[in-house]
Amino acid sequence: MQPDISVRNLNKVYEGGFQALKNINLEINRGEIFALLGPNGAGKTTMISIICGITNMSSGEVRAAGYDIVKDYRRARETIGLVPQELNTDSFETVWNAVSFSRGLFGKAPNPAHIEKVLKDLSLWDKRNNRIMTLSGGMKRRLMIAKALSHEPRILFLDEPTAGVDVELRRDMWEMVRKLREDEVTIILTTHYIEEAEEMADRIGVIRQGEIILVEDKTQLMSKLGKKELRLQLQTKLDKVPGELLLEPVELSDDGYELIYTFDSQQEQAGVARLLRTLGDIGIDYRDLRTRESSLEDIFVGLVHEPAEG
Amino acid sequence: MNFYGVKAIYNFEMSRMRRTLMQSVLSPVISTCLYFVVFGSAIGSRMGDIDNIAYGAYIIPGLVMLSLLMQSISNASFGIYMPKFSGTIYEVLSAPVSYVEVVLGYVGAAATKSVILGLIILATARLFVDYSILHPFWMFSFLVLTAVTFSLFGFIIGIWADGFEKLQIVPMMIVTPLTFLGGTFYSIDMLPKIWQTISLFNPVVYLISGFRWAFYGVSDVHIGISVGMTLLFLGACMAGIWWIFKTGYRLRS
Repeated sequence: MQPDISVRNLNKVYEGGFQALKNINLEINRGEIFALLGPNGAGKTTMISIICGITNMSSGEVRAAGYDIVKDYRRARETIGLVPQELNTDSFETVWNAVSFSRGLFGKAPNPAHIEKVLKDLSLWDKRNNRIMTLSGGMKRRLMIAKALSHEPRILFLDEPTAGVDVELRRDMWEMVRKLREDEVTIILTTHYIEEAEEMADRIGVIRQGEIILVEDKTQLMSKLGKKELRLQLQTKLDKVPGELLLEPVELSDDGYELIYTFDSQQEQAGVARLLRTLGDIGIDYRDLRTRESSLEDIFVGLVHEPAEG
Repeated sequence: MNFYGVKAIYNFEMSRMRRTLMQSVLSPVISTCLYFVVFGSAIGSRMGDIDNIAYGAYIIPGLVMLSLLMQSISNASFGIYMPKFSGTIYEVLSAPVSYVEVVLGYVGAAATKSVILGLIILATARLFVDYSILHPFWMFSFLVLTAVTFSLFGFIIGIWADGFEKLQIVPMMIVTPLTFLGGTFYSIDMLPKIWQTISLFNPVVYLISGFRWAFYGVSDVHIGISVGMTLLFLGACMAGIWWIFKTGYRLRS
């Protein structure tokens, strides 16, 4: 099946010589939710801006819904909706006019029924005649989404869509994204909230210093790179890790009351049994034990802080 | 052709004019009326005729042209500068519209507003001064051609400007002096020979002269030259806009 977004050998060098993207290759399939993660300045917004036509690429080839974004830019752009990071709106326009404007701009005939549906889905219907300047930040964020959905795009870019919004709105947006996926809309999401990617994404891409360093199915990523941690609360304080455990990946907490054993989440858990047996043999008692699996956030932080190769 | 896209931009800009009626229409109409009262009715009644035309009537084409130039530049430059300033330009850049369609929307709306304004000023002038229009077709054609040309020029200024000050510099520091020195209030034949020659380097002379010819059949330069110079400036503005979109100058990094 042809990918909905296909990026090949994409490079972007800004005036002044800063290379924001380095030979990016990426394919995103129809109907999937792809989360693009990366620290500030990694190149996420540059990549989105190039695909959407806001920024020129230096070299490479990008296709959206099968159409080349340069040679066949009209058809490519018709398929794309963009919710940008910033809340850029025409303050003096009404909600209804702003959303209708977006639909017209993208070459679609007026369809008041569709605009009404979008506004109702985003709880903006009651505000349709209000000027944008009177809306709260959260409402403006909804409006940005309404504008992006006004022309019924098959690909939707959400660039930090929940930045600065309250928990309720964030949950509403997640719900909306799930509904869009049911309609086979391809969603590319950038976010700083790893929890968001963990909750929604099918696949995760990590970008660092302009390079894609990883693209992986979310579940596989979490099982492949995830770590588990076993914490044993000791009855008595230890000064150092006992010699019998030195060959195991065991650390002692600062206060000396906790032994921390870290292991690969895919690894067989024989190591835990061995550890507990050894503790019994050398007479170290523990009061309690608990395990914790690393989150996507832990994996992400580990990836972006790894030293770059070369 | 993305007809709906052009219509969306055009309607958006026209609704901006409706929202700012005081600034877009009333303000230039009132200031032009003041010219008519002072130079047309008050001082004009004591001035002699120029080319057998009463002074009050003689200055009408120049005053309409002054407002037309200023408003065309102002409308078009604000039209494209505001989305750049507010950040909403992302939507136009990411939409399936060609640069010709973007220009049609913004410049079309700016020129429409200017033509409407020009006609309102002409109608208002009737209240103060008696005048006739010898070639109504050419008068209207000149009105439209000048509005389109200077709206294109304003569009370029709006793209070039990176602050509100720059938006004002060209209309205030260049266009206004050129219009005042371009024969709005006098015929360049009344100037000493050397100043007549210098005046021919002022492009506004050709606009006012041609426009005045459409009213009264008299002009400082031949009508063909006036039309040719206006078309030349139109072509230069179109070339400038073509370059802007080709290179992405101050629009796409």
